[in-house]
Amino acid sequence: MSIRVYDLAHARAGDKGNTSNISVICYDARDWGFIERELTPERVVEAFKHIAKGPVKRYPLRNLKAFNFVIGNALGGGVTISLAQDIHGKSLSNVMLAIELPDRK
Amino acid sequence: MDDAKLLIGRRHQAAAMLREKTISAGEVTSAMKANGVVRIGAGAGTSDDRMVPALELAERGEIDYLVFECLAERTVSRENLSRSKNPDAGYSPSLHARLRMVLPACMRNRIRIVSNMGAANPIGGARAARKEATDLGLGDVPVAVVLGDDVSSIVKHRPDLKLMENGEPLESVLPSMISANAYLGADVLCEALNSGVPIVLSGRVADPSLFLAPMMHEFDWAYDDLPKIAQGTAAGHLLECTASVTGGCFGWPGRKDVPDLARNGYPFADVREDGSIVIGKTPDTGGRLDVMTCTEQLIYEIHDPTAYFTPDCTLDITNITLTQGAADRVRIEGARARPRTDTYKVSVGYADGYIGEGEVSYGGIDAVARAKWAAEIVQERLRLQGFKYDDFRVDLIGVSSLHGEPDSRPEPYEVRLRLAGRTHDRKAAHAIGFETRAMHMHGPGGAGGACEPRVRDVLAVKSVLLPKNLVNPQVVVEGSL
Repeated sequence: MSIRVYDLAHARAGDKGNTSNISVICYDARDWGFIERELTPERVVEAFKHIAKGPVKRYPLRNLKAFNFVIGNALGGGVTISLAQDIHGKSLSNVMLAIELPDRK
Repeated sequence: MDDAKLLIGRRHQAAAMLREKTISAGEVTSAMKANGVVRIGAGAGTSDDRMVPALELAERGEIDYLVFECLAERTVSRENLSRSKNPDAGYSPSLHARLRMVLPACMRNRIRIVSNMGAANPIGGARAARKEATDLGLGDVPVAVVLGDDVSSIVKHRPDLKLMENGEPLESVLPSMISANAYLGADVLCEALNSGVPIVLSGRVADPSLFLAPMMHEFDWAYDDLPKIAQGTAAGHLLECTASVTGGCFGWPGRKDVPDLARNGYPFADVREDGSIVIGKTPDTGGRLDVMTCTEQLIYEIHDPTAYFTPDCTLDITNITLTQGAADRVRIEGARARPRTDTYKVSVGYADGYIGEGEVSYGGIDAVARAKWAAEIVQERLRLQGFKYDDFRVDLIGVSSLHGEPDSRPEPYEVRLRLAGRTHDRKAAHAIGFETRAMHMHGPGGAGGACEPRVRDVLAVKSVLLPKNLVNPQVVVEGSL
C-alpha cells in the first residue's frame, strides 16, 4: 500500500528562467512531518529524472504547512527558448502530486 | 517627450500644485477612507489576462487604486521591436482595450490607475491613454510616466557584467541585444503617484512594486520601514497574478472545487497605515479566496523563501501566517524583510534564431508506432538536406509532450506528433513544419490533420545585476497638472 502526494497535499508550479519551483502544501498540518520525512529531494529527483537534470532543493515553510521544491534545469533551457509546449512547466505540479510515498504504517 | 513635464526635484511643488487644482476641480485627493483603509485592486496579471473582472472591480469593488500588471519576461523585448518599426508603438497593445473599458468607471469613482503597460514606450502609452480618455469624453486626463528602466545604453558599456543564468559575460549576447530593462521599484512609482494625476504608467518595474507604491504614497511609509515594506511586498506578490488567489489555476473537480469559476472575480488588498493587510475579492463574483488559494500564490515563483529579491527589499515569507476572516477574506501577517540590495535586476532581451514546428495526427491501431516512425522519417529528411539545429524535440501529444517519456505509459487510442527545433537558419526552421506536413503523402499510413509549418523568432532573455547608482529613474507628466 502506498499513498500519493496528491492524497495529502496540493501543489502549484512556477517558473524563473530554466528553474521550476513547485509548492507542496498539506491539507492538514498534521501531515507535514510525514511529508518532511518521505518526500525527500532524492525522491523528487527520481520522479523528475526524465524531465529535469536538477539539482533539487527543498525549503520548509512550516507556517504555511508547506514545502517549496526548487528544481534546476527543468524547463528546456528556459521559457524564452524552450521547445516544449508547456514552456512555463505549469503542468509539472502534477508530476509532484503523482509521486508515491510509502504507507505510514 | 517634448511637452512632457519633468518632475524630478520638484515633486512637492507639483503635488502642491495639484492639490490646489484638486480642490477647485474636484479631482483626485488622497484615497484613504474614513475607516483608514486604502483598497488596492488587481486588474491584470499578464498581458493576456481577462478584462471584465477588472471592470467589476472598478464598478463595484469600492477600490481606490486599480493596478494592471501586463509585462511578461519577453514583452518589453517584443515591444521594442514594434517601436523600432513604428515610433508611436511599443506600449502594451492591450492598453487601448483595457483603458477604454475601465476609464469611465475609474474617473467616476475616483480610482487611480497604476500600470506597467508603458512597456518599451511609456510616453507613447501615456499619449494613447490620454487619447482614449478624450475619445470617451472624459476630458484632458494627465498621465504620470516613469522612465529610466531602459538601461540598454548603460549596459552596452559594461560588457563584463555576468549573465546570472550561465555566468558568461554580457558581451556574449550584446551583438544581438534588443533591449535591456531594469526592474525599477516602488520608490519611483510612489514619486509618480505624488504628482496626484489619475494614471501612472511605467515600463519595466517589479510586479509587487506596483502594489507597494500606492501604500507608500497613501501612508507616507518610509522606504526603509522594513516591516511595512515587507507586508506591502508580500501583498503585492499575492495580487500580482489576479485570479490566482481567487480560484484560477487552482480548481480540481472533487478535490479543490471552485464555485462559479466561470465568473471568478479579481482580488484586492485592504491596507492600513500600520501595515495590516486583508485580501478580498469583488463582491458577487465567482471563485474562492481562502488560505489554500493564497498559500499557492504566496509560494509561486519563489526560490529561497527567506530571500525573495525585489528592488524594494529582500522578502522573507517563512514567518508569514494566513488566516481566514470573513468569507473571501484572508489576513496576511508576519512578512519580514532585509534591506534592499544596491543593484537592479536587468532583463536583457536578444534575438536568438528561430523555432520551427510541425504537427500531424495518428489514430487507431498502432497509432503510437506510426507516429514514432514518422518522427524518424522527418528527422532523416532534415538531416539529408543538411539542416542543423541547436535543440530538437519530438513530442507525442497524448503520451509524453508535457511530462517527458518515462519507462512506460499506457498507449492512447490516438496521438498527435509534434516536432520542434531551434536554429539560426530560418529555412531549417521552416523545413520542420514542411516535412511534417508531408507525412500526409510521404509517411506511414493514415496520417491526418497536419498543421501549416510554423516559424517564430526567438526572443531570448537573460539577466544581469546593475548597480543602482548607474540608473536614473525619473517621472514626467504628460498633460497639464
